[in-house]
Amino acid sequence: MTAVRAGWILTQRNLAHWVRQPWAPIFGLMFSIMLLLVFGFLFGGAITVPGGGDYITFLLPGMLALSMMFGVESTATAMAADARKGITDRFRSLPIGSASVALGRVGADMANSTVELLVLLAGGLLIGWRITSDPGPAVLAVLLLLLFRFAMLWIGIFVGLSFRGDGATMAVQVLVWPIGFLSTAIVSAETMPGWLGAIAAWNPLSATASAVRELFGNPTGITSGPLADSAVWLALGWPLLLTAVFLPLSARAYRRLRA
Amino acid sequence: MNLVADGLRKRYGDVQALDGFDLEVPPGVIHGLLGPNGAGKTTAVKALATLIDVDEGVAKVAGFDVRTQAAQVRKRIGLIGQNAAVDEILGGRQNLVMFGRLYGLSTVDARAAADRLLAMFGLTEAAERAVSTYSGGMRRRLDIAAGFILTPAVLFLDEPTTGLDPRGRNEVWAAVREVAAAGTTVLLTTQYLDEADQLAARISVMNHGRVVADDTPGVLKREIGGDRVTLTIAPGEPLDELAERLGTAVGIPAVIDADTRSLTFEVGSGVTGLSRLVRALDEFGVTPEDLVLRRPTLDEVFLTLTDTPREAVK
Repeated sequence: MTAVRAGWILTQRNLAHWVRQPWAPIFGLMFSIMLLLVFGFLFGGAITVPGGGDYITFLLPGMLALSMMFGVESTATAMAADARKGITDRFRSLPIGSASVALGRVGADMANSTVELLVLLAGGLLIGWRITSDPGPAVLAVLLLLLFRFAMLWIGIFVGLSFRGDGATMAVQVLVWPIGFLSTAIVSAETMPGWLGAIAAWNPLSATASAVRELFGNPTGITSGPLADSAVWLALGWPLLLTAVFLPLSARAYRRLRA
Repeated sequence: MNLVADGLRKRYGDVQALDGFDLEVPPGVIHGLLGPNGAGKTTAVKALATLIDVDEGVAKVAGFDVRTQAAQVRKRIGLIGQNAAVDEILGGRQNLVMFGRLYGLSTVDARAAADRLLAMFGLTEAAERAVSTYSGGMRRRLDIAAGFILTPAVLFLDEPTTGLDPRGRNEVWAAVREVAAAGTTVLLTTQYLDEADQLAARISVMNHGRVVADDTPGVLKREIGGDRVTLTIAPGEPLDELAERLGTAVGIPAVIDADTRSLTFEVGSGVTGLSRLVRALDEFGVTPEDLVLRRPTLDEVFLTLTDTPREAVK
């Protein structure tokens, strides 16, 4: 059977999990909404955006990008759980293409993240966030977010297949926080000490967050630097580069299950 | 032969998991692969089921080479691994429909196959419930049903009853017999000797990555020698001293089990040894609580063939 058809069947399987146990995706969603509210209203009053602009309007695109990045954790956890329980071995003994298992994960996680994006966008509209650009750039912004999620997927698949113990997924759960915060997702890099701001600006998450702000017509919090000039190109380039690295690594990790 | 392995070798770091593993299984029989933990049973199954590449050797399943014709092999096998590898979150029916479709059935055919298999393995009533609510035996039966969707030429069962209660074990045994009755070759690994004895037409005893004996359960039992007499000694009698004295009198060393306070003698062809033993007991004025004459168990076959000390296995 072709990997695409088997991947579709496994996508349906992963989606059926969420129908049977809806609390997992709902909790993930509530978590993103909670973060949005905590930063938007609890901390937001103390934060000013360089270059001017409303903080909620600045924050929402950052939260969208951040929630795409947090997806790496659910991908890695799901892959590791299947490998640990012997389900992956079972699938490997079936007459299906070797990309099927990964494609099933990609299909389900992309569907989940699309729903999550739409809910967060609706939530943003409720708390006063607005798109002030044209529909074209706005759609491009959503596509860039999904592209970023796609890159995170391959990191998650690689981690889940390579380190099957619980430790690896816990490491991912912890690491997403400093990596997520060391970016322009929540605060502008220009409010950080110079060297730290430079690191944050080069975080792939910052590229996506800044590009999405620009495309939605929201305040970017950027007055100069590479993110001011070419955030959209960086938001295209970073995920493609990450995918180009982690997709082959994932394929290798899958093959190495045979070793 | 439906299943052939010739000189398989596989090394994991310092461990030689397979060290010249050979196997020949004709179509339609249940073949037992018996060995202690770490003997290499699972590695052998994984190699035959195309899950791992061996370092050396050739294996064929249903006439296809597991390394060069893996896709052909996978169409003809079902693999039931050590932990019941069915989806716990989905229902039983959902699992079977999913596996049926992955084996290439249309959704309609997969549903029909699921209903047939649920009935065959006694799971119709639990069909819609999440598998996480199933008992161990039910989960295993679903696992076997999922491996049996296309009536495979070979079904691999890796320790299918480990961790099951006696009832679950009986349910799984019935399922395995059902599968074999349909003409599927079953390769069953187990640490339980009575399981191999109950189910398998032939048994390969495995230790340190290779087969150390391969025969029918009956022949393996004969190979290990004659009958056993087991005496249960009343508390208060000196067990070690009695073992020594009886051993000398009969000319056969006693195997002492302090936990059950029993002495076992391998008496050869039965009657002579038994009568000598009874005379010696009379002479010493000892009346055992119990005296049993029996054929050797597969446990003893196994222990002799693999040179594993009795204490280590208990």
